[in-house]
Amino acid sequence: MTEDTVPRRQFLLGAGLAGTALAAGITGPATAQQPASPAPAPAPASAAPSSPEAEPFVTLTALEAAFIVAAVDTLIPADELSPSGSDCGVAIFIDRQLGSAWGGGAKMYRAGPFVKGKPEQGYQLALTPREYFAAGIAAANAWTRKTFGKDFDRLPAPDRVAALEAMEDGKAAFENFNAKAFFSQLHAITMAGFFADPIYGGNRDKIGWKLLGFPGLPATYADKIDAYRDKRYVADPQSIADFS
Amino acid sequence: MATKLKETDAVVVGMGFSGAILSRELTKAGLNVVGLERGADRNPAEEFTLTRLRDEFRYVVRLELMQDNSIDTITFRNAPDELALPIRRFGAFLPGEGVGGTGIHWGALHWRFLPTDFRIKSVLTEKYGAKAIADTMTIQDWPVSYDELEPHYDRFEKLCGVSGQAGNLRGTTIAGGNPFEGARSDHYPNKPIKTGTGPAIFTDAAKSLGYHPFPVPTATSSAPYVNPEGITLGACEYCGHCNRTACEANAKASPNVNVMPVLRSEPKFELRTRVFVTRLVYDKQAKRVTGVVYTDMKTGEEYEQPAGIVILSSFVFGNVQHLLLAGIGEPFDPRTAKGVVGKNYCYQFEAGSEAFFEGREFNPFMGGPGMGTAIDDFNGENFDHANLGFFGGGYILCANGGAPPIGGRVLPKGEPRWGVGWKQAEAKWYRCNTRFNTQGSVYAHRDNFMDLDPTYKDALGRPLLRLTYNATENDHKMSRYLVEKMEGVIKAMKPTHYEVHNRPKNFTIVPYQSTHCTGGTMMGSNPGNSVVNRYLQAWDAHNLFVQGASVFPQQHGYNPTGTLGALAYWSARAITEKYLKSPGPLVHA
Repeated sequence: MTEDTVPRRQFLLGAGLAGTALAAGITGPATAQQPASPAPAPAPASAAPSSPEAEPFVTLTALEAAFIVAAVDTLIPADELSPSGSDCGVAIFIDRQLGSAWGGGAKMYRAGPFVKGKPEQGYQLALTPREYFAAGIAAANAWTRKTFGKDFDRLPAPDRVAALEAMEDGKAAFENFNAKAFFSQLHAITMAGFFADPIYGGNRDKIGWKLLGFPGLPATYADKIDAYRDKRYVADPQSIADFS
Repeated sequence: MATKLKETDAVVVGMGFSGAILSRELTKAGLNVVGLERGADRNPAEEFTLTRLRDEFRYVVRLELMQDNSIDTITFRNAPDELALPIRRFGAFLPGEGVGGTGIHWGALHWRFLPTDFRIKSVLTEKYGAKAIADTMTIQDWPVSYDELEPHYDRFEKLCGVSGQAGNLRGTTIAGGNPFEGARSDHYPNKPIKTGTGPAIFTDAAKSLGYHPFPVPTATSSAPYVNPEGITLGACEYCGHCNRTACEANAKASPNVNVMPVLRSEPKFELRTRVFVTRLVYDKQAKRVTGVVYTDMKTGEEYEQPAGIVILSSFVFGNVQHLLLAGIGEPFDPRTAKGVVGKNYCYQFEAGSEAFFEGREFNPFMGGPGMGTAIDDFNGENFDHANLGFFGGGYILCANGGAPPIGGRVLPKGEPRWGVGWKQAEAKWYRCNTRFNTQGSVYAHRDNFMDLDPTYKDALGRPLLRLTYNATENDHKMSRYLVEKMEGVIKAMKPTHYEVHNRPKNFTIVPYQSTHCTGGTMMGSNPGNSVVNRYLQAWDAHNLFVQGASVFPQQHGYNPTGTLGALAYWSARAITEKYLKSPGPLVHA
């Protein structure tokens, strides 16, 4: 299969189940030698509740998008409480964040010299978040190819879980990249996408807030502190867009 | 070559709480004041608005109001023999930027230090003997007493509309307040804010153990209130969003809401924003700072602003860096322990905990950092340290700090953090937990200090400040003791499950811990032990007054802002009542 046989436009559609399935069928440079395998496609219990139109990615390449979609769907699998991470917009959220000023290293001190330092000294790389994720995704795919024989997004669900667990536990030996730190960043941005105001592209239909019982942004609880002492306060969550 | 501007009576470097208070007091005394702020102007009418503020991602995660590290940061190492590296994005502490400074995004817990804190070295010596204090513990008495500062504490509490319950009114103990506090001349201006379910359970448990719980004093007004500047504050909405952001109800105090409105309409005050002060112009012979040089970030032009009085009121790191760059005062040398500038960097040593009450409903998204109950039984010298093997202490707090969904979730150990079963765990535990923390003191250690970094520079070409800091054995012992006491109260609350988190051995610059950085331009009784005198006047430049927590000789077991504000009023009074009449050293060395 050559790249031309897969519609490139559709690689860049990141949202929803369609994105997942297509992404899993990607033939990228790194996977060109491998036989294409069918998408693992774990069936979500509920379909995407909104946003029928899939949205294009801003900064992620098709290969990166496939990784991110597979990762967020493994971190946030579809079940009775929510659709999968990508169906909730988390992959789109990550894409937009990496394409944002933050992703480009805004407000970050980037002068050298660059020295590895102690963990206590925090992040010491020259890479912007966008560059960091690019390098991390490439390193993760290289490692899963070595360990599982395929790029991460093409692994069956149990292997994806095993791969992420190995990264989280510091047992995945990426070449020239800190797998544990990468997992930590991946997990953090995924959670941010699932729980941030939907205006940033994730947390579709306020699904993250609904599962917690977080009411979003009402103006006041001054009259509710005493009224709801030891009693659950239930409200249909309101987001920024609801007030706009 | 900097363009020299017309001299002004006073120039203020940094427009946080200290800068705003000094600007206000000096203009009231008739001086023309220029306020310089390197960050943006932050006008509440435009920026402290809904829905803008109800955005955890923008403010808490992406740190909208915090210092831009691409322009300026500090370097950090744990010990003097290590290589310091730049903090590329702030994490452990989060200095603010722009008008209002760190006084916008603070949690607004508003405390006074204990009377014994101000003479801590003498008290420890009297009680336990001089030998009990290790040579490396470089603590000092403050050159000002609690009684001297009391009227200024009172004034700052009124400016901020603090809500709380007095525990000691002019020597009379009042039930429900903090019985350990120093005598107050007046009540708090506002009644305590409401209590959440978790703190209410904590109160009962603490009482059952014989402790003395009380509502935390918070600079969040519990009812509409007009402060002495004539500014009307709103009542707290318990929105749960105030940490790391501003308050649209004008209930949480900030320089922007509580002082700046009167300054903005004051003809004697001129505010210049996005101007970056790069150096103080120091005349060593005359022992004066003749002015400051700044770069206007909007035009790229460099200016020199001459001034009769210079108020240095940036964050701790900026204050120390300015003095070191200008050569004002002798830099601290850790090898010889001589010198004072950069000495006694201290911090807040906090440890946290959470308790889960399965099946109960705490509505954790309601409230704010100040909605809590504390006990002060294990702070400072409120308890006997004989045979404990450490000095210091802190208050223990249970609070409903608000639980925004990205950062405010917490799960018991053993629950999945992602994948199958994770969402179920979040749904089960999010609404039924409450949080605790200990506000531990940090008594100065000789190895913890600040100097200039030999390698890294800021965007304006100046050497970065280098911080050398680690937790000490004393800190750890003190903290474990507090955690043990905290755990005792938590057990008495009978939770389903709880976890306590002692601090790791080494201080790390991630994750967030506290922005209570102190020291480096200590106040003291003579030039040999301090950078500024009791009126915050530099020993080596009589027209330079250094403000903020950088003047603390060490950090005690309370949030620093109450004391910082009191010191600003105390210093302002010395300038307007003494210095203006007779410019020169207010204390003779």
